Amino acid sequence: MALLELRNVSKIYHLGGEEIRALDDVTLDIEAGEFCSIIGPSGSGKSTLMHILGCLDSPSLGTIKLDGVEIQKASTSQLAHIRNRKIGFVFQFFNLLPKLNVVQNVELPMIYSGIGGKERRERALKALEMVELGNRLKNRPSQLSGGQQQRVAIARALVNDPKIIFADEPTGNLDTHTGEVILELFRNLSRQGRTVMLVTHNPEIAAVTPRRIEIRNGKIADKVDTRLAGLDRLAAAAAKSAAAGAH
Amino acid sequence: MNLVNTVLIGLKEIWSHKFRSLLTMLGIILGVASLVGMAAIIKGMENGMKEAMVAMGGVDKVLLRLQPVPSWQDHRADQAPGRTMADVQALRKSAPLVRLVSPEMAIEDVTVSRLGKNFRPELCSGVWKEVLDMNLHTLAHGRFFNEIDEEEARSVCVIGTGIRDEMFGKPEDVGQEIIPIGEQILINGQPFTIIGMFTKYMSEQDAKEAALKAKEGNQKVVAGPKRQKGWGRKGGWAFWSKNNTVYIPLNTAWVKFRAVGDLNGVPDPRLSDINIKVASLDQLEPALQQARNVLLVTHHGIEDFTFQTQENQLENINKQIQNARLSGGIIAAISLLVGGIGIMNIMLASINERIREIGICKAIGATGLDIFIQILVESLVVSMIGALLGVAASYGFVEVLQILTPSANTPVITPMAMVVGVAFSAAVGVLAGLIPAFKAARLHPIQALRYE
Repeated sequence: MALLELRNVSKIYHLGGEEIRALDDVTLDIEAGEFCSIIGPSGSGKSTLMHILGCLDSPSLGTIKLDGVEIQKASTSQLAHIRNRKIGFVFQFFNLLPKLNVVQNVELPMIYSGIGGKERRERALKALEMVELGNRLKNRPSQLSGGQQQRVAIARALVNDPKIIFADEPTGNLDTHTGEVILELFRNLSRQGRTVMLVTHNPEIAAVTPRRIEIRNGKIADKVDTRLAGLDRLAAAAAKSAAAGAH
Repeated sequence: MNLVNTVLIGLKEIWSHKFRSLLTMLGIILGVASLVGMAAIIKGMENGMKEAMVAMGGVDKVLLRLQPVPSWQDHRADQAPGRTMADVQALRKSAPLVRLVSPEMAIEDVTVSRLGKNFRPELCSGVWKEVLDMNLHTLAHGRFFNEIDEEEARSVCVIGTGIRDEMFGKPEDVGQEIIPIGEQILINGQPFTIIGMFTKYMSEQDAKEAALKAKEGNQKVVAGPKRQKGWGRKGGWAFWSKNNTVYIPLNTAWVKFRAVGDLNGVPDPRLSDINIKVASLDQLEPALQQARNVLLVTHHGIEDFTFQTQENQLENINKQIQNARLSGGIIAAISLLVGGIGIMNIMLASINERIREIGICKAIGATGLDIFIQILVESLVVSMIGALLGVAASYGFVEVLQILTPSANTPVITPMAMVVGVAFSAAVGVLAGLIPAFKAARLHPIQALRYE
């Protein structure tokens, strides 16, 4: 049984009498422990897919099972509980609360799940150690660099030990080098056996994941279009460097 | 999500907008301060009024009043005996629920004079020593009448300080106490020896005025005779009339002043007043019934008397206080309500600013209820801090008031007013938070996250 099972999921918006299918009959399985990217140009529906996968939104049609439980009919507060305990989010704009310091930001999900103060602090410290920010506990987000903020966000996503982590353009707001550090962090998480989903429009980032799901016009493309995703270029470059290494 | 954290986050939110929060709280601060201050002033007023009532004899004093005989007894009206010593003796013997009976024989149109100075006292009556307990008099100097004075109808009198002031001068003017014990004065031309003097009765308000004057010294020297101020001034009438009293033994009054209007060679025995005090206020009704039964016997069934209790007056005082409270309360409630609207306004602005933050909280697992409680608690915290500051401010308010009007009744801050003020602000805080909290709780996480 897969961790996430989508069956014939559609998301339909009504705009002035016109029906817009942001997602159209998507069927998809994601296994536990997968490291997977969702790619597609803007407007393709990849964000909608991520919102539904991440329980931020409910599908209009179809069924979705997370961890064996059907959730398409869940109420908003049930969804909130699922997001709290089973899902971690990392966003493009970090989305830390500016008035809380680093450790408080990381503690926030545990506050909502009702974990006591002592355990909360312990787990937050552990998560921050993992992203190598154990020395910046009392700083405000505004006192950190973009990469550090994103690491805090990752610690926050990890702290409730979620089943699956969603990262929505996690490197979109970072310079190349910092972006690589962050990607390496996700790769490490994957190596530890966590399920990680990267949502991106950047094929170079998608290239780090073994599995790529491409969305076009609300549907999953049967095969990843290597040309569109720019993967052919990457493959060529990889082949070239491999050849160079052989010499 | 535990409450301590919610409150802490709320406090943090308030702290990060210190000035804005202070302005928001100002409505509540002023509302609570005015509520507590107003209640304090009213309590001071009430104390003043009750003080005056005690000066007139206290709550348990009942006046036996004459009334026209009822119409069905009209034909016997000429036999109505009025209030006499017979009533007094009968009440003392046969009405055990009546603790104290004090007869008074007032002398009309009295002039007290000494060395060419004339003065008309407020009251000059022949009394028994029961009058001390009845009218709550305190003797400061000398002694009161004893049985021999009464028996022999001696020409002695006990005066209030008002009489002393007029006849011998005021101690405030000469700077030392004047005790005219043993001196003679003329009451309607007949010589009386002063054997005792009461203390000076004054309201707390007047006492403070006097103390103030003493502190400042006599700076104002006005040439010519002192101007008499109206005696109805500031409700001090009760004290004024108590001070301007001359008491003589009852028999003396009867023999020396009633002989003129005699009936068949006997001086007019009718009393001007019979005051009684009941054993306990709880048994007021049965005591009065008992007294009535006794008096109906001595009056041969003619109902030419009635009882007047001080309860009516107490009721009046309570009514006035209630009215004052109501008007003060309404003003304070309106200002608290305005404060609440201020809070609601700021909370609405604040959640608009924080839509993104709310979206983040929802994305990481805050339920609508969590957000609802968070906003509600924030609103409540603002109003409670405001209320506490308001209670503190009310002390300052009362202090300032006392400096501005040092001679007014002392305002008394009551814990009840504080509790009411704080509870009302809490209610206002919750009400003001409801709409913003509801709005915030209903935000959709995705739209909130995308909000710029």
